[in-house]
Amino acid sequence: MSNTHTSTSINWEIGPIFRAMLRNKVGAILIALQIAVTMTIIVNSVYIIVERSKEMQRDSGIDNENSFYLTSVGFTENFNTPVTVEEDLNALRALPGIVDAIQINAVPNSDSGWSMGLKTQPGVEHDGVGTAVYMVDEHGLNALDVEIIAGENFAQTDIGMRVVGQVKWPDKTILTKAMAENLFPDIPYGSVVGKTVYINDTEPMIVVGIIDKLQAPWVGWNNLENVMLSPERMDYKGSRYFIRTEPGQRDSVMKQVEELLANSNKGRLIQNMRSIEETRERSYRGHTAMIKILTTVMIILTIVTALGIVGLASFSVNQRKKQIGTRRALGASQSAIVRYFMLENFLISSIGVILGAALTIGLNIILVNTFGLDRIDWFYIPIGMLVLWIVGQGAVFGPARKAANIPPALATRTV
Amino acid sequence: MFGYYIKLAIKSVKRNPILSLLMITAIALGIGASMTTITVNYLMSADPIPHKSHQLFHIQVDSWDPNNAFNDDDEALPNQLTWTDATNFTLAKKALRQSAMGRSGGIIEPPGDDAKPFEASIRLAYTDFFGMFDVPFIFGNPWDSRSDTNREQVIILSKRTNESVFGGENSVGKTIVVAGRSFQVVGVIDDWQPIPKFYDVNNGAFNETEELFMPFTLKEELELPNWGNNNCWKSPDGEGYKAFLQSECINTQMWVELPNATAKAEYMDYLNNYVMEQKELGRFPRPLKNRLSNVMQWMERQEVVEEDAKMMMWLSFMFLLVCLLNTIGLLLAKFTGKSAEIGLRLALGASKSDLFKQHLVETAMIGLLGGFAGLGFAVLGLLGIKSLYGDFVDDLATLDISMILVALSIALVSSIAAGLYPTWRACNIAPASQLKSQ
Repeated sequence: MSNTHTSTSINWEIGPIFRAMLRNKVGAILIALQIAVTMTIIVNSVYIIVERSKEMQRDSGIDNENSFYLTSVGFTENFNTPVTVEEDLNALRALPGIVDAIQINAVPNSDSGWSMGLKTQPGVEHDGVGTAVYMVDEHGLNALDVEIIAGENFAQTDIGMRVVGQVKWPDKTILTKAMAENLFPDIPYGSVVGKTVYINDTEPMIVVGIIDKLQAPWVGWNNLENVMLSPERMDYKGSRYFIRTEPGQRDSVMKQVEELLANSNKGRLIQNMRSIEETRERSYRGHTAMIKILTTVMIILTIVTALGIVGLASFSVNQRKKQIGTRRALGASQSAIVRYFMLENFLISSIGVILGAALTIGLNIILVNTFGLDRIDWFYIPIGMLVLWIVGQGAVFGPARKAANIPPALATRTV
Repeated sequence: MFGYYIKLAIKSVKRNPILSLLMITAIALGIGASMTTITVNYLMSADPIPHKSHQLFHIQVDSWDPNNAFNDDDEALPNQLTWTDATNFTLAKKALRQSAMGRSGGIIEPPGDDAKPFEASIRLAYTDFFGMFDVPFIFGNPWDSRSDTNREQVIILSKRTNESVFGGENSVGKTIVVAGRSFQVVGVIDDWQPIPKFYDVNNGAFNETEELFMPFTLKEELELPNWGNNNCWKSPDGEGYKAFLQSECINTQMWVELPNATAKAEYMDYLNNYVMEQKELGRFPRPLKNRLSNVMQWMERQEVVEEDAKMMMWLSFMFLLVCLLNTIGLLLAKFTGKSAEIGLRLALGASKSDLFKQHLVETAMIGLLGGFAGLGFAVLGLLGIKSLYGDFVDDLATLDISMILVALSIALVSSIAAGLYPTWRACNIAPASQLKSQ
């Protein structure tokens, strides 16, 4: 030892540690690399997890907890859909526990639906804005739990009856705020009420109202909040009913509704009854799975890396038993020994996390280019560096303590 | 000698049980994660009909909007055909076999008063569908091509449908009521689930095969509902179902069988001529662009392999890399710890290559143990995938023999690669210095 140790100033011994590391370059490089790659995976995984959870937490606009839907498919030759729908909806709306019920062509977040394009000027040459279409009657807003923030709801007299293969559209529509703003970016959404928009290139529809928020069926769609309501019921063989219940009564109401509808008309089949909660769970199943898998990977990876550091540090302690004993015999305190190993690990980790920061950005660039992910926020990187430092220090602490407990006498014993 | 090395290796592994366990577990975790994701990717990108995939072609023609390409990519062609074009192509019979096809559904009313009606999916196709895709039959045969032309109400059942409606017996010649109409059963097919379901990837590349099959021409005749994806750039000219069918909306898939390059070139000529003729009638406003994709090209174009699956595969390879770095470090430490023993053996006359072989055997053993344990982890991983993603991945999360062999070879190769440097280092010590420290 070239320096004498004094009690007034702590000698950090970076020089000797560094020289010792150079003698075992490969070991140090391996740990640094392992830390770097671990950090790359963990930081990018956390980023993906955060992004996916954000997507899942977006507000669907409807009452997720208290809504469900079902389909009623008529199969007999003389099945009369308009009459059945009218009877069904009257019965459903009268049922205690039900807030409102409607016939609808598609269900938000269910992954299947109908989309159209709307234009602010008529003609094929103008660009349109894509939107999901929900066909509802005047109970639509109440059943979907959306609020009108400008203009007004459809009146009962506005509601048309859509037949199979119909091309013509009603002359009124209600838009979401997001859709109104996408169509008319330069004016406040309130002024969109009364404007004419064009569907099928040239067919005019007047915007009678704006609703706060409602999501399209396709959760992976970029314009998830572009939605239009069309005042219609449908004369199709299969009808979908969307039902909103009083809070907490969904499950009991679902059972009642199934029985009620199945018994009221034997010429049809009630099927696909499903709550919105379950629907959203299915639509986001890929996200949920990805989050769980990445979380597991992160935990296992951290453990593997930490154990690797513990293993290597233990070995290095065993290798240096004699030197440590000698240092202790020459007056080094236990904390000086602990400090030596902690500092050694800190230096190695530092190289690792700096390399890790570069690799993290590199992997993110690849993910952005290949899979269309967003670019990572900068603050993930210092946080990731900090976490890996802590993991390294935590892992090396045990072996360092063991090293500190090596008795000075060991220096003499093995010779 | 090999046996002796194995004995030595076992001894050495046992001497540092915790360290050995750590290495084996690290390799096992890396292999387990990689195998799980490789399996899913391998099955997603599998050739669903290997003996014929080069002779089956999906047709694309650019019938889209004059002002906009089919999607943001200017080169993109519509992924389906209009009912009109698919019907024309099929009737032209320019290929060895051909079939327009679509998806529909209806309620089956089983015979007997207490039997409950249930909804079933329908594949609408021409009779060539069955021969072209080698669909296996248990009972009966594909319908006659006259049934296509005459729009006869004939039907082919899936094995499962035949079991639930007819108890699994030979139902050929019997009648079944679907969507309120009577159909005559002409055949029952055996289990047939191509993975991916290549013939209609727009409507779910890993969805189940339809439960019923009937002539495509019945779509128009019976006005069967369109269950599959439908996409329009222009609204139909007129009201009603006929106008919808005859519109520019795309909702039909079309496959042809072309046995060789000449047939393919001739078919391409036919398509180009067809489009040119249609242009004169005022259709096909975009520049002439048609495409024939064989099965694997089509899977690639439609990006059948889920992006998440690819992403996870790359992440799992990095995971394996960390585990291997870990193993290299630990092996290095372990062999350094043995330097006294190595020095002694060198001094006693063992050659470097002997020692090299000995330690390679040891690393290979750790690798193989890790590989076997990794297979266990892969099985767990695949079970996890199944429980996370639900039914749709059932066919995508099963290990087969080739995957097991791949797993073991990756484990073996990577562990030996990981062991090379530590082994080389261990064998290159000066015996004298090691003996001195004793």
